[in-house]
Amino acid sequence: MKLERFYGILIPILSIILGMVVGAIVMVIGGYDPIAGFDQLFYGIFGEPYSIGETLRAAAPLIFAGLAVAFAFRTGLFNIGVEGQVLVGWMVAVWIGIEFDLPMAIHLPLALIGAGLAGALWASIPGILKAKFHVHEVITSIMMNYIALYVTNDILRHVIGITNERTESVKESASLASPFLQEITDFSRLHNGIFIAVIAALVFWFILWKTTLGYELRAVGFNKNAAEYAGMGVNRNIILSFVISGVFAGLAGAMEGLGTFQNMTLNASFTGVGFDGIAVALLGANNPIGVVLAALLFAGLNIGGLSMQQIGIPPELIKIIIAFIIIFVASGYAIRLVIEKFTVKKESKKAKGAGQ
Amino acid sequence: MKKKQVIVSMMSVATVGLAACGGSGEKADQKDQFSVAMVADKGGIDDKSFNQSAWEGLQAYGKDNKLQKNEGFSYLQSKSQQDYQPNLSRLARGGEDLVFGIGNTFNEDIKTVADQFKDTQFAIIDNVVEGKNVTSITFKENEGAYLAGIVAAMETKKDHIGFVGGMKMDVIERFRAGFEAGAKSVNPKIKIDIQYAEDFAAPEKGQAIAAGMYGKGADIIFPAAGGTGNGVFTEAKNRKKNGENVSVIGVDRDQKEEGMPEDVTLTSVIKRVDRAVEDTANAAKDGKLEDGKTIRYGLKEDGVDIVPSEKISKKTLTALEKAKSDVVSGKIEVPEQ
Repeated sequence: MKLERFYGILIPILSIILGMVVGAIVMVIGGYDPIAGFDQLFYGIFGEPYSIGETLRAAAPLIFAGLAVAFAFRTGLFNIGVEGQVLVGWMVAVWIGIEFDLPMAIHLPLALIGAGLAGALWASIPGILKAKFHVHEVITSIMMNYIALYVTNDILRHVIGITNERTESVKESASLASPFLQEITDFSRLHNGIFIAVIAALVFWFILWKTTLGYELRAVGFNKNAAEYAGMGVNRNIILSFVISGVFAGLAGAMEGLGTFQNMTLNASFTGVGFDGIAVALLGANNPIGVVLAALLFAGLNIGGLSMQQIGIPPELIKIIIAFIIIFVASGYAIRLVIEKFTVKKESKKAKGAGQ
Repeated sequence: MKKKQVIVSMMSVATVGLAACGGSGEKADQKDQFSVAMVADKGGIDDKSFNQSAWEGLQAYGKDNKLQKNEGFSYLQSKSQQDYQPNLSRLARGGEDLVFGIGNTFNEDIKTVADQFKDTQFAIIDNVVEGKNVTSITFKENEGAYLAGIVAAMETKKDHIGFVGGMKMDVIERFRAGFEAGAKSVNPKIKIDIQYAEDFAAPEKGQAIAAGMYGKGADIIFPAAGGTGNGVFTEAKNRKKNGENVSVIGVDRDQKEEGMPEDVTLTSVIKRVDRAVEDTANAAKDGKLEDGKTIRYGLKEDGVDIVPSEKISKKTLTALEKAKSDVVSGKIEVPEQ
């Protein structure tokens, strides 16, 4: 078990390093200077208070999206519908933020809860279909993404109202914006959502490892039949897992609606937050701390990648690095084999040395 | 600052595991010459349309002033809407004198960043943003589309034409309104199918919509839908190969090539984003940019036009000339929605 944990940490770290090495090779092939490139990348992440602020800002929705994917995964479910749940959560958060006039202590929590419930409702559909009719959740949740994209656009146009391609801004009492955080980060869009995201990671851990419900959910994830044999309601747990996953996803939408943008635009295509969440969960090994760290890494790469353009390196390079990190994580078993081959040799040598 | 950079360089080198050798630290290059930059929207710099046209304008500006890329003019791309603000802010911080946001969805981000960097000039294409240091550039797409409507109505053999919009939004509505008005000015009873793809980057949807319209009997379609419009071309080419006489009216740039080899492009409505960008950059360089002005490019300003393609009949060309002069003189006012 200890060894498992060791590999659980080692493989993501190795994957990140290998991904960057591949990125460096691609830069050399493309005729760019990799040292200058990475120098600019890290400068673009840590170099100025502004970029640190933007990195943290971009991390908040990714943490939520990653938690959403990871939560369902713990129950053996693949929630590809996070993207759609983000969109409905975003929309409901903005709608509550615009429509109501309440003191902040009520308004902001109400908008957040609304976003979470909207995501839960959206996620419950593939959950119910899976539990009752054994419809594969990957297919239904992908389709729910498209339904969400077009339904939210339609509601934005005809119910909430669009002027100049976006809704009004949410009222101040529902906004996550923090003048203090903006000031110390030189007017980035950093908002209080990052704190909520970290709390959410704690809640994730608490539900899964400290409650009976979490125990059941994980049991279903390990072995559905055994869980059923032990008297756990598998169907109920599948639906619950999707619903809780949807709450996290809906809150990711609230981060964008009440934090980053303060409004919602008509979306001509997906935002990508939900899909990035899959990668974050994978790299984070479906573990809350892992998800937070992976989200920070992806946010940093994305924000830092923008600044690499200033020395002429196309931003697509960052996509290549991220893709390779994921490939290496996914092929973790191969990496493990290689490591074991080397370490076993060394250990046997050591053993010999001790014997002499 | 310098110290921070050294630490950062060292971290990067260590993390990547490459050999030592400190960073060159050239990022905060303080520019003493006048320098212009643009932020492309999600479509990317090589979208064969809007962003590409804007970048061509900046390159022309560079040529006018004998500048090299990244020394006097440059661009940043955005992967998503989240990136607009960091990109704009980064350019303003880097000491650019004029920063363009290419696309109507830049409005809120330009407003925010322009408020923070009062000494930097900003410009937005296709939208209007209030602010002393923001120049807004919009086009009278309806005037160009009006001419396209005339061509379509005069060249159709079936009195049935179509319009494919990317999304229902102001810019696209100007295209649609102008197209309808133009067609109806020729034949008030003409049948016009109108459909929106809800997507600017989905050729397959464009193709499906075009298949429906051609199938119902339309023979000319005008797409104003970015990459989605490419699907309309695909469908028209397939049908032409099978002997159907259908055609497409291109948008933004001369899209003759898109219609090859079956040659389905009847004509194209051109939107001179390149000219607007070049003009604005030159005006700013010469210190002639007026504070917070909105510039509207129409037929009169050569901001929109139609390609006098050889596929248009003489009769139609004459009618076009007349309509053009009527619009320029103000005799005809083309509706915006």
